[in-house]
Amino acid sequence: MAISGARQDQKSGLSGWGRTYLPGREIRSENLEQASQDYHLSRGLGRSYGDSSLPAEGDQAALGTTLADRILAFDDQTGVIRVEAGLCLAELNRLYLSRHWFTPVTPGTKFVTVGGMVASDVHGKNHHVSGTFGRHVRALKIRTGKGDVVECSREESADLFLASIGGMGLPGHLLEVEFQMEKIPSPWIYTESYRISCLDELLDKLKEKGKEWPMTVAWVDTVARGKSMGRGILFVGRWATPEEANAGAPPPRKAMTMPITLPSGALNRLTIGLFNRAVYYTHIPKKKSGIVDPDKYFYPLDSILHWNRLYGSAGVTQHQSVIPSESGSQGIRDMIETLAKAGTASFLTVIKDCGSEGDGILSFPCPGMSLALDIPINQRTPRVIQSLNATVKASAGRIYLTKDGLSTAEDFQQMETRLPAFLKIKERWDPEGTIRSEQSERLFKKIEL
Amino acid sequence: MKRIVLLGATRGMGRELGRQFAGEGAELFLLGRSLEELAKTATDFKERAGGDAKVGSAYCDLEDPASFAPALQAAQDGLGTIDAIIVTAGLFATQEKLEADLDLTQRLLTVNFALTVTFCEQARSLLLAQGGGALCVFSSVAGDRGRKPVVLYGASKAGLSAYLEGLDHKYRDQGLITLCVKPGFVRTGMTTGLKEPPFAGDPEAVAADVRRALEKKKAVVYAPGMWRWVMFIIRRLPRFVMRKVGF
Repeated sequence: MAISGARQDQKSGLSGWGRTYLPGREIRSENLEQASQDYHLSRGLGRSYGDSSLPAEGDQAALGTTLADRILAFDDQTGVIRVEAGLCLAELNRLYLSRHWFTPVTPGTKFVTVGGMVASDVHGKNHHVSGTFGRHVRALKIRTGKGDVVECSREESADLFLASIGGMGLPGHLLEVEFQMEKIPSPWIYTESYRISCLDELLDKLKEKGKEWPMTVAWVDTVARGKSMGRGILFVGRWATPEEANAGAPPPRKAMTMPITLPSGALNRLTIGLFNRAVYYTHIPKKKSGIVDPDKYFYPLDSILHWNRLYGSAGVTQHQSVIPSESGSQGIRDMIETLAKAGTASFLTVIKDCGSEGDGILSFPCPGMSLALDIPINQRTPRVIQSLNATVKASAGRIYLTKDGLSTAEDFQQMETRLPAFLKIKERWDPEGTIRSEQSERLFKKIEL
Repeated sequence: MKRIVLLGATRGMGRELGRQFAGEGAELFLLGRSLEELAKTATDFKERAGGDAKVGSAYCDLEDPASFAPALQAAQDGLGTIDAIIVTAGLFATQEKLEADLDLTQRLLTVNFALTVTFCEQARSLLLAQGGGALCVFSSVAGDRGRKPVVLYGASKAGLSAYLEGLDHKYRDQGLITLCVKPGFVRTGMTTGLKEPPFAGDPEAVAADVRRALEKKKAVVYAPGMWRWVMFIIRRLPRFVMRKVGF
């Protein structure tokens, strides 16, 4: 149970976004092709919550990619771009938004590297239309565990390519990424949002609005009980037409920094309940609309740097799962109930209807509903994660590795039927299993099921 | 429109300076050891300038003094008049590593002092011949005082700083502005993995400080600025203290 505390060492260690520290260092290099020979794992900005970006026990350091952030080619006729893996999405947006190009898929934070976007095969508000980021990736340059540098794509070394999309950096070090940017009509977003009073209606509306809107997402109050259970706010949006858009590009915004680490436990069911209630009732009128800055629309939390300090030194984990359409909505309901029963709550809960499955071997989303829960870490958390996973298994769903730090190998391997296929490809390119993370050691180890 | 020559722009602080200059519309000419790396960096700068900037490049290796004159000539041919020549290239190794490797020591001392000065001498002639311009060279706070962790690296930079100071005294009234940059600990590929002291800076802030110092025609700039005061104190510590402390 890697991040549950046994090897915690905040002063000298390394952590994911959930702020649970393990021993290890990050050594950065501008030359990934050369430096990757000496490491067993690459990491970008460390925004995955758990231990995906942390060196496995016994490995001293991970290779940090953020200094390798050059744009190697861009064709403004076709929108095909090639970058080094450490380029930060915030920088990509800053450079290309005003030129009316945007990443085809963006996660909920812009403080990720392009390499990380491939390794996590990130999805966004447009998943039901555009799929994951991997769908738009054309080629990858990879240093494999065997030591070769391989240029791969859907045509060339396709197994390595597809295993690397959503492969958590484990088939090989990602060095360069070539992908298709999206041409946008203006650098502004037109958005509408609706306050919705119960879960069934929220899920119905999410599906219904997805038919006409390219971007949808719902925020859910997980503390409200009874008839109001699963009430929330549905956000839909699309790129604004040139006529609707504000003049020029959105001005740069200054972010605030969360200045201190709150005491652990400051976010609890009571305070989270108050916060959720406030968010719900201050959405007045019931339907709102307007033209907004894409930063505000895609990355509301990025306006407070280090917001993970809200959770105190004990940190936070996320549990994000997708419940396939065939399994209905009971799974979502059960997981919200699980939190209530455990006396915990999720500060920010997000539901998203997912479209078709990506071609990455371990790509997370599949057609159905995804539920993302933010859970403050305390002694009970591993048990909460286990009961949430029981629901996911019963619904034939799966979890998102990027968010996970606490699932057990048993739970993961029971829900992830694609793992053997993934490991077979990994073995072909990394026969000695040199590339590994704390997470892969925790979840991929051989067990008797 | 500024026209700037950069030696060392493929990495670290040089790369960041290049990006910032490109972003404000400067015309750049890059010098470096690897043509392949130069081409990649040139594309990066071009994209950061909005896609249609002009970025030239030519081979120049600090360890190959024969390359200096043709490289500077190529830069002048490419840019016409040159507003500034900026040198960020140099070698770094820890004191521990240098003490264990005489060859590396000789190489570092030669590159950081003798060869950098040789390059600067040719850059100086070129700038004076065209009527003036700025020569901006990255030395280090390590050159300000002989200290235990940087005995050898510091010595190479002390020599370089002394040379740059002399240039400033001799040629400023002929139009040659000499800027000696003294970075403190900056988080780049060069320093990754080293224990971080207080007041460590990021390349973005250092590059912004250097650009400001160039605008103001300063002769010396510490970056981050706090290091000016740190070194002010360290320079005044008595020897018996310096023998005791570890910095």
